[in-house]
Amino acid sequence: MLLLRQIRRCGLSLLLFVCLAGAAFAQSLLPVPALTARVMDHTGTLSTAQLGQLEDKLAAFEQAQGSQIVILLVPSTQPEDIAAYANRVFNTWKPGRAGLGDGLLIVVAKQDRKIRIEVARALEGAIPDLAAKQVIDDVLTPHFRQGDFAGGLDQATDRLIALIRGEGLPTPATTPAPRQGDGGVQWMDLGVLLFIVLPVLGSLTRRILGHKLGTLATGGAIAALTFAFTASLVIAAVAALLAMLLTFMAGTPLGSALLAASQQRQHHGGPWGGGGFDGGGFGSGGGGFSSGGGGDGAGGGASGDW
Amino acid sequence: MRWFFTLFAALALSGCGYNDFQRLDEQTQSAWSEVLNQYQRRADLVPNIVATVKGEAAFEQETLTRVIEARAKATAIQVTPDTLNNPQSLQKFQAAQGELGSALSRLMVVSERYPTLQANQGFRDLRVQLEGTENRITIARNRYIQAVQAYNVLARSFPSNLTAMLFGYQTKPNFAPQNEAAISAPPTVDFGKK
Repeated sequence: MLLLRQIRRCGLSLLLFVCLAGAAFAQSLLPVPALTARVMDHTGTLSTAQLGQLEDKLAAFEQAQGSQIVILLVPSTQPEDIAAYANRVFNTWKPGRAGLGDGLLIVVAKQDRKIRIEVARALEGAIPDLAAKQVIDDVLTPHFRQGDFAGGLDQATDRLIALIRGEGLPTPATTPAPRQGDGGVQWMDLGVLLFIVLPVLGSLTRRILGHKLGTLATGGAIAALTFAFTASLVIAAVAALLAMLLTFMAGTPLGSALLAASQQRQHHGGPWGGGGFDGGGFGSGGGGFSSGGGGDGAGGGASGDW
Repeated sequence: MRWFFTLFAALALSGCGYNDFQRLDEQTQSAWSEVLNQYQRRADLVPNIVATVKGEAAFEQETLTRVIEARAKATAIQVTPDTLNNPQSLQKFQAAQGELGSALSRLMVVSERYPTLQANQGFRDLRVQLEGTENRITIARNRYIQAVQAYNVLARSFPSNLTAMLFGYQTKPNFAPQNEAAISAPPTVDFGKK
């Protein structure tokens, strides 16, 4: 018995050790920094004025075009390859608009002397790998060799902005504005109410309370539910009347046929298909900056060094 | 009564993870399609690379033939839905793709020795595309590994493993580096002799 307990304790501590070792291993990768601005310099290379100028340009571009460009300067990405690191950061931050996913990330690892332009899947058409590589080879590498980081990034963003503009993505002006709350009538919910809840509720209450009382109870319940969904007394009253009529007739042959027909209609989808449109939120409205929550980085872009 | 039963079944099945199984299964399928897509992209690049390299006089023939053979082998493997659930065929597929990958990286290393090739814009472009494709393959594989992991965790953890047993859902085999030693060993490049 004692031996068994010892073995168990030994096993437990071993397990704990393995778990801790696993956690330590997982932490050896660099953590993804918090996204606080469009241009983030963790190396102290750019002056405040240069940072502000780049930031303003990217903010203006985002206002006009909608796509988000983010720049990150870090000392090193070790032990990870810059491509893997950039992809991890990209998929954590998710720059770009929510529906479109048009984000772009430039990572500079200063001590490693490596550059990566990570392109969201939505922008791979505008900036294929070759174009990204050209920007690195023609602009970034020569400037960085001379130690001109601000100038290189400035010209590189100009080139990238021109490429994105050429793609013809929807601009914020042409994108439909996100719907305000859910004040409108949700036809989908009404459909569900009429064709799924009603038959169940109707047959239940009629069985329990009898024909007439059940009908009344169903009408009341439907009215309450409709009011809760639509916040409109008129629609609630109409729905209640309809519900009572349907439930009352469900006992008669004609009503059964109607009900069956309505259920068939439901299988075919019916005319209620008004899916909601969720516009991507823009974080650039106020002074702070946050990601639009869009981009999916599948490894597009190019890497380079200097 | 029938309504009750339907409602009950719907609630019970979603409670036991039946729907989660369907969702995760579909997720692994699409992640797998992306993996195949990227491997195909790489295989499509190879003929162009080979053609460009062949233009270089006196390019190391052995390296070139290895790439061509590896590509032929990798594209000859028929990938069926069964490949996903069969550890052996997945391993075979992976081995063939791994061979093509190492042959290509060897080709790229060897090409460093040929200055005219390095100056060739077409070759440089192909190189960028190959690099991008390799990145995409890595990411697609990672996503597949994660999708399979999520599915397998569901298939093996408690309440949902009963559902798995009932419907006969097996855990799926995952990618694993089979030839870890061979991958971590850098290709030997001898600049001494030409």
